[in-house]
Amino acid sequence: MSTAELLSVVPDSPVLSGLILFVIALLLLYLARAPSHRAIRSLGAVLHSAMRIASRSVLRTEQYLVERNREVLLAAGREAVERSIEREFQRVDAVVKRDLSAYPALQLKLSEQITLIDEDYRESTELPPPPPAWVGAVEAVANIQPQGDGTVADILMEIQESTEKQYKKAMNDYRDSMGARHALLKRMMPHWRKLAETLYKVGKNITGLQERAKVIDRRMDEYEQIRARSVRAQQTLTSSSMTQFVISGFVLLIAFGGAVINFNLIALPMSEMVGGASYIGKYPMASVAAMVIILLEVSMGLYLMESIRITNLFPIIGSMDDRMRKKMIWITFAILLVLACVESSLAFMREQIAADTEALRQSLTSSETIQPVNSWIPTVGQMVMGFILPFALTFVAIPLESFVNASRTVGGVVAAMVLRWIAFMFRLLGNTAKYASEFLVDVYDVLIFPPLWIEKYAFHRASEEQVHSQEGGI
Amino acid sequence: MKKYLVILTILGACLFFVSCSDMSSHSRGVYLLMDTSGTYKSELKKACGIVYYLLGTLKPGDSLGVARIDTGSFSEKDIIAKKTFDNRPSVSNQQKRLFKERVDKFVGSVKGSPYTDISGGILQAVEYLNETGAGKKYILIFSDLKEDLRKGYIRNFDIEMPGVHVVALNVTKLRSDNVDPREYLNRLEYWQKRVQDGGATWRVVNDLERLDTILVDG
Repeated sequence: MSTAELLSVVPDSPVLSGLILFVIALLLLYLARAPSHRAIRSLGAVLHSAMRIASRSVLRTEQYLVERNREVLLAAGREAVERSIEREFQRVDAVVKRDLSAYPALQLKLSEQITLIDEDYRESTELPPPPPAWVGAVEAVANIQPQGDGTVADILMEIQESTEKQYKKAMNDYRDSMGARHALLKRMMPHWRKLAETLYKVGKNITGLQERAKVIDRRMDEYEQIRARSVRAQQTLTSSSMTQFVISGFVLLIAFGGAVINFNLIALPMSEMVGGASYIGKYPMASVAAMVIILLEVSMGLYLMESIRITNLFPIIGSMDDRMRKKMIWITFAILLVLACVESSLAFMREQIAADTEALRQSLTSSETIQPVNSWIPTVGQMVMGFILPFALTFVAIPLESFVNASRTVGGVVAAMVLRWIAFMFRLLGNTAKYASEFLVDVYDVLIFPPLWIEKYAFHRASEEQVHSQEGGI
Repeated sequence: MKKYLVILTILGACLFFVSCSDMSSHSRGVYLLMDTSGTYKSELKKACGIVYYLLGTLKPGDSLGVARIDTGSFSEKDIIAKKTFDNRPSVSNQQKRLFKERVDKFVGSVKGSPYTDISGGILQAVEYLNETGAGKKYILIFSDLKEDLRKGYIRNFDIEMPGVHVVALNVTKLRSDNVDPREYLNRLEYWQKRVQDGGATWRVVNDLERLDTILVDG
């Protein structure tokens, strides 16, 4: 028996059958109204509660993540500031060691110069004027009146001449003495200059130290703010992380371009060494070998940068004792040098293979052999590039470290945003479920409106009758 | 404990590389059959162009065989040149030069054959390609596909060649084809059916300006 046959209550009259079925359905729905309403509302409430719980849980995770991000950010910022302060102190230490360690010697030098200047000054002091008695005798002789006595006149003349001579001699002596004193004063000049220079140097060093001290003060302020977990410090660090992320990402992209060039430079000649027909997965062995060499170069570069303490990706390398670290520097540098030489040779071989293949192709197409102009230039260029690129790739370690550090913060921020969005979606779905259940309840009532209307009418009548009977009783 | 960890790590790395290494061959094997029958001998210069193209295209590790189709083609004597190129590009280039010389020499001194045994040539090609162990196998038939067997030669059996790509090149129209083109179409249909029944794929490339479409799968 088919469904259509089952549903046909009155055979050959589908409209009547449908009507009867509709009435039965209405009655059934009316009878099941209260439990249906409860079921729909319960379903809405269950969904609403589940979504709310899920949303709250996700929000809690988001808060945990935000807290963790804050910790990471502050820890990274604190570490960076600590390193910066440490570096500033190292500079101050260097200045102190370089300049102020020589301070006793400088002081000795200064006192020597001062002594020399003092001696010169003392020597250059003016001689005492001629004794006043001599001046008095001259004046007495000069006051004697001429009395016509020739002898006296002669004597006086002699005295005058002798006095003039003495005067000239005294003047000459005085001039000589003055000259000598001036010479002494002139000799003092270089000492003065030297003294001024020395004092200028001391002043400069002191100013440098003062500037360093100002920088340290600033860094210490930052450090204090980070330790105090201030909002300003967090905002500054977040912004700094974002900037670092973008910049380091950009530099890494450039480095990636360099690595791709490097790869193309050595992939073809690698097939001479490892064969052109072997494969790892779906990749030719030569390409994989070239990639491995490039990755080795990058790794060696990382180790080198770690050993020099430019980066701090592997704390175990940074914490090695200096002797071991120096050994590591030399070993990594030697490996890099060998790899650079290998790459340079491969670049040369690449040119040879390319030229040979081109010659073969030309012979196959029967075209005339065309000699490229200055054919040594690309060969040398490729060899130089092959030598330089491994060393250039070494510096990838610096942006890589910045990128790794910044991506922790940026990744955390993005993850928190995603979680917030998921929580919002849960909340939205929960509320939608709640109001959808209310809507369904109303739709249910709309579907069974005839019995409801009858019920309302009957109830109204019954209540009116009750009121009338009560009024009649009264 | 540390020692064991190191040994385990090394073993793991070895296993990883072994599991990653692709055991299937990536090399290509190409076998070119050149029809040297009287009606087709004049087309051999074009076949030379195809050989040059193949020499320029095939990579180190690939295999190339060139054979003639004559009265009885199922014979090693009909192979003009065959080589699996060395893995090193420099050596491979040298081998290609020698290969070219051999083919040039053959084309310069070839004499027309009275009969055309295409089936024998295909059998020989399948045998050679299976021996090379190439991952992708191509049989190029440079012929008008008009088989003309000497009396007594039996070739009316299925040729098993699963995974082989058969490409008919420069299938010229004969004078009789012009009178009744159905002959030409029937000839193509016959070979297509025969090849596909053997488990191979079938293609026809008549435009030799589009040689780059020869070594394309399916």
